Amino acid sequence: MDVPRLFILNETIRNLYFHVCMWFGMMILFIVSFIYSIKYLRSSNYKYDLFAKNFAAVGCLFGILGYTTGAIWANYTWVTDQGQSLAGILKEPKLIGAAISLLIYGAYFVLRGSFSDIDKRARISAVYNIFAFALLFPSIWIIPRLVGSLHPGAPGGDGGNPALNFNDIDSRLRVVFYPAIIGWTLLGVWITTLKIRIDLLKDKTIINV
Amino acid sequence: MYNAIRCCFILIALFSSLILFAQGNPEMADTMRSNGKIYVVVSVCLIILIGLFLYVWGIDRKIRIIEKEKVE
Repeated sequence: MDVPRLFILNETIRNLYFHVCMWFGMMILFIVSFIYSIKYLRSSNYKYDLFAKNFAAVGCLFGILGYTTGAIWANYTWVTDQGQSLAGILKEPKLIGAAISLLIYGAYFVLRGSFSDIDKRARISAVYNIFAFALLFPSIWIIPRLVGSLHPGAPGGDGGNPALNFNDIDSRLRVVFYPAIIGWTLLGVWITTLKIRIDLLKDKTIINV
Repeated sequence: MYNAIRCCFILIALFSSLILFAQGNPEMADTMRSNGKIYVVVSVCLIILIGLFLYVWGIDRKIRIIEKEKVE
């Protein structure tokens, strides 16, 4: 597949299919986790708590992979070729926001681990998961678009929403990009279902689900 | 457990050396910059595959523990 020929980015524009898809996958998995947390609070069905936990876990995995791949990509584009200083990269609001939100989700698992009572753990962590999801939006979607950011969608640049604006991405990229989002997300969902099945098998002796 | 830790260390050592190498030589000649930086895409792809593989491998170990309990 041919891709747009750009300076600085060169062939790394193809990272759109990997790095960006990781974050899309993370977002979708966190949304599903959030929905199951609400479902747990509505029904008190322990199964939904397991669903929420495992979707959040795989979402975090995708986030960490997105972070690592972003570090490599930034190293060969922003740091050297665009002449950004390291301080400029570290001030990048999307990096800070993503780190904050991943740490908040990390605290979700710490919180889960600190309860021995199953019902209490499920209820409190469901409430915390909703809080974590609410914080995800300002930290990675809103604040980087209000202040200057090296990522697309910042003021001063092209503006707008580069992910959902159909005129912003080259059509040749879109042909691969949208199926790639679906593919990576389904891979994440599959890994999650494996984890859920293990947890259900483990807990079969304790609970009736 | 020790195996997992050892794997992590090897991976970190591998990738940190890659990054340091590129910072020392900012010319267009080194590997990551050759062929229009396509090796950056390759390394990104590899990181994702290795990360997912290690995660699934962890799940595999969990299953093995459950299987052992079932046998006993």
